[in-house]
Amino acid sequence: MDLRNPSFRLGRRGLLTGTALGLAAPAMLRAQGTAPIRIGEINSYTAQPAFLGPYRNGWLLAQERVNAEGGIHGRPLETLFRDDAGRPEDAVRIAGELVASERVALLGGGYLSHVGLALGDFALQNKVLYVASEPLTDALVWSKGNHYTFRLRPSTYMQAAMLVEEAAKLPAKRWATIAPNYEYGQSAVRWFKELLAKARPDVEFVGEQFPALGRIDAGATVQALERLRPEGIFNVTFSTDLLNFVRQGNTRGLFENRVVASMLTGEPEYLEPLGEECPDGWIVTGYPRDALNNPVHIALRDAYRARFGELPRCGSIVGYDTALAIATMLRKVGSTDTEAMVAGFKGLRYQTGYGTGEVEFRALDHQATLGAFVGRTRLQGRTGVMVDWRYADGANYLPPDEQVRRWRPQPG
Amino acid sequence: MSRCGAGVRSRADPALDTLVIQALNGLASASSLFLVASGLTVIFGVSRIVNFAHGSFYMLGAYLAWTLVSHGPLAGLGGFWGFWGGILLAALAIGLIGALAEMTILRRIYRAPELFQLLATFALVLVVQDLVLLFWGPDDKFGPRAPLLRGAVEILGLRFPRYELFLIAIGPVMLGLLWLLFHRTRFGILLRAATQDREMVAALGVDQRLLFTGVFFLGSALAGLGGALQLPREAVTIHMDMAIIVQVFVVVVVGGLGSLPGAFLAALLISELHAFGILAFPRITLVLVFLVMAVVLVLRPHGLLGREPEGAPPASEAGQPLPGPAPRWLRGLGWAALALLLALPPFLGEYPLILLADFAALVLFAASLHFIMGPGGMASFGHAAYFGAGAYAAALLARHLAAPMEAGLIAAPFFAGLVGLAFGWFCVRLSGVYSAMLTLAFAQIAWSLAFQWIEVTGGDNGILGVWPSEWARGRLAFWYLSLALCGLGVWLLRRAIHAPFGMALRAQRDSPLRAEAIGIDAFRIRWLAFALAAAAAGVAGSLFAYGKGSVFPSSLDIPRSVDALLMVLLGGVQTLSGPVLGAIAYAGLQEQLARLTDLWRLVLGLVILALVLFFPSGLAGALQRRRGA
Repeated sequence: MDLRNPSFRLGRRGLLTGTALGLAAPAMLRAQGTAPIRIGEINSYTAQPAFLGPYRNGWLLAQERVNAEGGIHGRPLETLFRDDAGRPEDAVRIAGELVASERVALLGGGYLSHVGLALGDFALQNKVLYVASEPLTDALVWSKGNHYTFRLRPSTYMQAAMLVEEAAKLPAKRWATIAPNYEYGQSAVRWFKELLAKARPDVEFVGEQFPALGRIDAGATVQALERLRPEGIFNVTFSTDLLNFVRQGNTRGLFENRVVASMLTGEPEYLEPLGEECPDGWIVTGYPRDALNNPVHIALRDAYRARFGELPRCGSIVGYDTALAIATMLRKVGSTDTEAMVAGFKGLRYQTGYGTGEVEFRALDHQATLGAFVGRTRLQGRTGVMVDWRYADGANYLPPDEQVRRWRPQPG
Repeated sequence: MSRCGAGVRSRADPALDTLVIQALNGLASASSLFLVASGLTVIFGVSRIVNFAHGSFYMLGAYLAWTLVSHGPLAGLGGFWGFWGGILLAALAIGLIGALAEMTILRRIYRAPELFQLLATFALVLVVQDLVLLFWGPDDKFGPRAPLLRGAVEILGLRFPRYELFLIAIGPVMLGLLWLLFHRTRFGILLRAATQDREMVAALGVDQRLLFTGVFFLGSALAGLGGALQLPREAVTIHMDMAIIVQVFVVVVVGGLGSLPGAFLAALLISELHAFGILAFPRITLVLVFLVMAVVLVLRPHGLLGREPEGAPPASEAGQPLPGPAPRWLRGLGWAALALLLALPPFLGEYPLILLADFAALVLFAASLHFIMGPGGMASFGHAAYFGAGAYAAALLARHLAAPMEAGLIAAPFFAGLVGLAFGWFCVRLSGVYSAMLTLAFAQIAWSLAFQWIEVTGGDNGILGVWPSEWARGRLAFWYLSLALCGLGVWLLRRAIHAPFGMALRAQRDSPLRAEAIGIDAFRIRWLAFALAAAAAGVAGSLFAYGKGSVFPSSLDIPRSVDALLMVLLGGVQTLSGPVLGAIAYAGLQEQLARLTDLWRLVLGLVILALVLFFPSGLAGALQRRRGA
C-alpha cells in the first residue's frame, strides 16, 4: 500500500527503476522548471451539485488568481476534479488513481463526512497530505484525526457552540431538537444539549425528532414537535428536509412564539431556496453575503460574479479558502514533499475570503480557526437574509486544548 | 410546576387531539403514496415490468408542474386555472413521455428474460437524473401554494393545512375512479384480462401493443400527477426519484402486485405506522417500511391482497439446457486471459492494479448473484447484504479484536453464509418479485443495523483502518491475492453449477413439480444455494473492504445491490461468463465515464440502453450467438 516506500518498490520491481524513482520522489523531479503543481480534488459533484458547483467555482477563482500572480514560485497550480458520487469506496479508489497515476502532490475536497473520513484514513495509510474542505464531522480532526489530515470548515462542535452561546441568552427553558438521522445530526444534537446544559443548568430537553436524511415526513414531524410544547427548537435539518420542515411548520404555526436555533440555515445555499417561506428571527449560523461589505469580500464577490455570472455561496468561500490555503502553504514551503507540506500546514495562517482577517490551521489538531457568522433570519422582499449578524471567530468555539489532546490519538 | 407537569403528561399519555391530527397526517401521506404506487402496480400487473423509472416520472411530473405553474404561459393565467391547469397538464405530459418510452424502448424487449427490462428502466433513471439537472439546475425548487387551499383549518384546537385535507380526499377518489375505469370501461376490462392471462387476451385478437402503450400512459400519468400534487407541499429536488421509488415498490409489494385496493391498504398501513411510530421511536423512520414489508411477506407471501399467480409465469422462456463443457474457443480465451492476468500486472502501474483488484471482487460478487438468479431462478434485490456482511465481518474483527487480514478473509464467508442461511430461510419460500423484495427488506434491515448500532459498527462514519496484512500491502501482492480468491470462488461456483447439486437447482427452477416428484427437496436446495451465494459474496465483500481500507453502511445499501443486479443482467443470466463480462463492463464503463465527463450518468444510461436494445440476451449471450452462428 505504501506508495512512497522505496525499499519495497525496488525489491519488488527492480526492472522498473525509472518508474520507481518517479514514484519515490516526485518532488525532486518536478522541483525545477515550470511544470504545474497538481492537486487532486475529490467531491460528491453528482450527488450534491447544488453545493459543490459553487464550491468548485470558488476553488477555480482562487486558483486563477494564484496563477495570474505567477503561481507558486513560477509553477502554476493545476487541479484535477473528480466525482465520488457520494460513495466513500469510490473516493478511496479515485484517491489511489490521483496519487498513483496522476502524481498529484496532495489531495483535497470531501463534502460528506464518511467520505472525508475514508480519505483521511487513505491519507494516513499512503502518507499523502489531505486537506478536507467541507466535511463537518468532529471525528475527522479529533477521534480519527491523523498526521496527514487537515480540515478547513468550522466543525459540528464549533457551529453548535456558536448557537449555544446565543441560545443561552434566551429565556427559553424547554427545548426540543430535530436533526437528520446520521452522524452529523446526532453529534450536533449531542453537543448542543451538552453545551447548553452546561451554560444553563435550568434548561430541560423535552424531546427529539430524527427524520431520515432527505426523506422527512414533514407534517407528522412538525406535529410530533408541536405536541412537546417546547419553548425553543434546535434545528439541524438542511436542504430539502429544511424546506419541507419550514413549509409545514409555517402552515401549522409551529414557530409562532417560539425561538429556533438552526445550524447552517443562514448560508445562501439553504436560505435562498426557502424564498418567501423564510421564517423570521431564527438564530442561525451562515454567511450574510450581501451585507458583508469589507474590501476583501467586496472584491471577491465582484470578481466571482464577473467570472461566473452569479453570486457566491458559502460553498464558494469554502472552495476559495481551501485553494488559497493550499497555495499559501506551497509558497511558504517551496516543495511538494509531503512531510514538508504537513509541517507547513501546521500553524499556517492565511487571509480568508470572508475578509475577516487571518485564519490559522492549528498545530494542535489540524483544525482551521475559520469561523462562521451568527445572526438572525429575516424576510426581505422575496428572499430571506441574515440580519444582526456578527463574525464568530472559530478559535473561540473550540474545546480546551487538554480536552482535544485526550480525544485525538497522539503519535507514538 | 404546571408547565413542567403538562409536558411530562403529554409525553407519557399523548392527548387525544394530537393523536387525531397525527392520524390525519398519516392519511395525507398515504394518499400521496398511493397515487404514485397505483401507477406502478397497474404497469406491473399488465406488463410484468419492474419499472425502476417510475420514480423518475414522479420527479419529472413535479418539475414540469413547477415550470408550468410558475413560469409557463399558464402561469400568466394565475390563480385557479394557472395552478390546477398546470398540474393536470404536467400529469398528461408525463403520461405521454411514459408511453413514448414504452414504444421506443420497452416494447422491443418484452421477450427478453424476466427482469431484463429492469435494466432498461434503470438506464432511464440515469438519463432522467442528468437531464433534470441540465434543464432545471441543481437547486431545490419551492412551488407556490395551491389557490383556495392555502393556510390551515383548526381541528380540535390544532392547525391542520387545508391542502393536506384535500390530499386525504384525493386518494380514495382516485381509487374510485380507477375502479370505475377497470370495471366499467372496455379498456379497463381488457387490462384486467391482460393482468390475469396475457396470452389468452392476445389469442382473442386484442391488440396488445395498444394495451401496453395505454397502460404505460396511465401509469406514468399517475406518477406525474403524484409528483405534481406534491408541489404545494414539498420542495422539488433532484433526489425525489430515489426517495420515492423504493417506498412505492414496498407499497406495491405489500399490497400485492397488481392489486389497487391492496396498494391503497398498504399505503395506509405504512403511513399511519410511520406517523405514530415517530412519536414513540423518533429514529425508526430509517427502517420502518422495510420492517413492515418483511413482516407482511413472511406472513402473507403474496402481499395483503395479492393472489397467487395462476399457471406458469406469462411469456417466460423455457430454461435452456445445461451448457456443456465450455467450447474450445472459450476455454482457450479463458486460459489466455488468465495467463495475461498473471503475467502482465508486474508491468502495470499502481492504479491499474487497484482497478483490477476492484474488478476481481465485483466479478465474484456478480457471479454469486448469478448463481441464485441463473441456475437458481431466484432474483435478489438485496444481495449487497452478504457483500456487506463479509465486509463487516472483516472490519469488526479488525476493530474489536485487532484480527489480521487472514482471519478476516476466513471469517467473512462463514459470517456472510450464516446471514444468508438466516435471511434465505424466509426468502426462498417466496417466488418472483415477492422473494426479491423480501431480500431487499432484509438487506435494508441489516443496513439500518450497521447504520444505527453506532457502538459496534461506528454508524455511518464506518470502520476505518481495515488494511491488509503487511505481505499483501503492495498493490501487486494484493492483486494476486484477489485473483486467487476470486478465481477460486468463481471456479467453485462453476463446479457447483455442474455438480448434481447444480442440476437439482436447475430442476427445481424449470419444473418444481417434477423435481419434487423425483425426490428433490426444492426448499433445501434453494436454501443451500442461497447460503452458498451469500458466502461467495462475503468473500468478495471482505476483499473489497481490505482493498479500500474502510467499511461503511453503504457497502450493504440499495445502490450496491442494484449494481450487482445490473452487472448480472448486463452480462446475461444464461452462463457464468455473463456476470464476469457484465461486472467488468459495468464497473469499467462507470470508472472511465466518470473521469471523462460530469454527465457520466447520462452517457452510462444511453450506453446501457443501447446494449439492452442490441443485446437482449446480455453481453455473454451476444458473444455466444455470434460465435455459434
